[in-house]
Amino acid sequence: MTAETTTIAAPTLTTKEPSSLYKDAIRHLIQKKSAVLGMVILLALALVAAFAPVIAPFDPEQQLIGVEKGIKKRSAPCIHMLGCPADQPQHIFGVDANFRDFFSRVVYGARLSLTVGFAAVTIAIITGTILGAVAGFLGGWVDNVIMRLMDVFLAFPALILAIAIVTVLGPGLINALLAISIVTIPAYARVIRSSVLGVKEQDFILADYALGVPPMRILFRDVLPNAITPLIVQGTLGIGTAIVEVAALSFLGLGAQPPTPEWGLMVSAERNQVFTAPHLVFIPGLAIMLVVLGFNLLGDGLQDALNPRLNRR
Amino acid sequence: MTEYIVRRVVLAVPVLIGILFATFALARVIPGDPCRAVLGERATDEICDAFMERNGLNEPIPIQFGIYLKQIVIDRDLGESFRFGRPVIDIIVERLPVTVELAISAMIFATILGVILGVVSAYWHNSAIDVATMIGANIGISIPVFVLGLLLQYVFALLLKDTFLQLPPSGRLTSGISNPPFFEVWGWSVDPETSLYSFVSFIANLNIINALITANWTALGDALKHLILPAVAVGTIPLAIIARITRSALLEVLSLDYIRTARAKGLAEVVVVFRHGLSNALLPVVTIVGLQLGYLLAGAVLTETIFNLAGLGRTLFEAITARDYIIVQGFTLIIAVGFVFINLIVDISYAFLDPRIRLS
Repeated sequence: MTAETTTIAAPTLTTKEPSSLYKDAIRHLIQKKSAVLGMVILLALALVAAFAPVIAPFDPEQQLIGVEKGIKKRSAPCIHMLGCPADQPQHIFGVDANFRDFFSRVVYGARLSLTVGFAAVTIAIITGTILGAVAGFLGGWVDNVIMRLMDVFLAFPALILAIAIVTVLGPGLINALLAISIVTIPAYARVIRSSVLGVKEQDFILADYALGVPPMRILFRDVLPNAITPLIVQGTLGIGTAIVEVAALSFLGLGAQPPTPEWGLMVSAERNQVFTAPHLVFIPGLAIMLVVLGFNLLGDGLQDALNPRLNRR
Repeated sequence: MTEYIVRRVVLAVPVLIGILFATFALARVIPGDPCRAVLGERATDEICDAFMERNGLNEPIPIQFGIYLKQIVIDRDLGESFRFGRPVIDIIVERLPVTVELAISAMIFATILGVILGVVSAYWHNSAIDVATMIGANIGISIPVFVLGLLLQYVFALLLKDTFLQLPPSGRLTSGISNPPFFEVWGWSVDPETSLYSFVSFIANLNIINALITANWTALGDALKHLILPAVAVGTIPLAIIARITRSALLEVLSLDYIRTARAKGLAEVVVVFRHGLSNALLPVVTIVGLQLGYLLAGAVLTETIFNLAGLGRTLFEAITARDYIIVQGFTLIIAVGFVFINLIVDISYAFLDPRIRLS
């Protein structure tokens, strides 16, 4: 009896990499043209901000009168490559009312804008998350007190409340940033609260309770990480809004103070010259628009990409 | 239905109390000495003491709050502005109409154009017109109000000067054009001390309404011309949002089975899209219109600054920086209460539009 040994070829199995929500999201995100455009805009602006000292030909606060011969205030852009006479000094975006190179100011403005946007939203998200999470998780009177307080905040139009807060704190870029954070806290608190309310009823959380895990540990270790997705979208869109609102406060004279190269302040400084030197108003204005557009496009893209229920083709 | 409305109204009460407290606290924490802000830096201590005494500012804070509550709730008195030497209510009667006119015309512009653009781009989904509308909407949402306002001024008052599209860059009426209050035109004699007078002058300060009811066509045309640019500036962000919401809501509804059924029955396309589609897609649009009305008030601060309009937002901003806290209190109160009221109306209008909410 000879045993015939037969070799059976192992079936070749093709397995698909397990993909997480976030991997999926990134894949969907880069398929969306508008989201990619948003990312490109933001990347470009981030590079400009990071390399501002290299890109900008002058110090943004340096007054060039006496330094450069023939400089005229509020002169229009002069680019040699585009036919501006070579005997005139080159200023890509022209010169502002204080003989400063406007291009350098706009470039440095990107730094301020992006920093202010991120900082304001980070502060608001951290505070809002703690408030919303505690309210949603504990429920009862704590929930009631926190959320009614948020309702009172929301009863005031954001910009007006921010103006009031800056008046209390005193004008300045940092205070404007804080005011905008404070004003946006309720929005984040609401989002996190409703998300926490959904997560805390799920079985794995009930299991935690059954095992005797301390409540605060349940909240921070198990509930929050699963409730945080909506914040990503809200936060991205929020950076754009924060940038506009800080710029608006600067426009009203309550934010950045001269000679800071802040875009909102630059628009405000020359707004009475809009008919004679429009470039000094519209270049920083369009810069604000561009950065906000970037965050809006990316935020909208993320919203679709992170929504697992959305029907995709 | 009644129960639902009553519940909504009751829920608004704690928020209103919170607002009263917030406006009171706000005015107290604004730094600086109210006396010297009003009477000037050189006011002596004696003068200031008398001033504080007269205005009840020396009392302990809880008593001041009590006085404030009694004034507002029982006497319905918002106090008197130090700077203007006039009752706050008079200033509101004079300036609120500017903002109301601006907000309502901006909202009409945004809603009508927004719904039309939304319907068109949902119906011709993915067409050139859809893509163009959505690109426009993205830009519209991203452009700051104050930049858009300046851009409109630049285009319509400078570039298009001496064409038929020229529009005035600021103000409410060209100087020389008068718009006498309707109650004077009609020969009513109203006692200036009464609240009826406040009411009729509020209506008369709505330039367009006043010109319309007194058949003052020159003033009407001029007021409308002045209103176009600021209204477009304030209305652009709501317009973009409304167009997007209408589009996505209608897209969702149009893919449902009952729409196919309606088409299969041979109904006219217009009936399918508007009666069957749009009327079921309107709920989110109503929410947004209501919410945006509140934001319009905030946008008004910037727009009124740019277009030189003495409205609510502009006055409030100036009062805050001048520490005229009686005006700050009165105006923030009016704005916040208006905001709560609008939200209430939105909630109630849901119930009319959607029976599921009414019955739950």
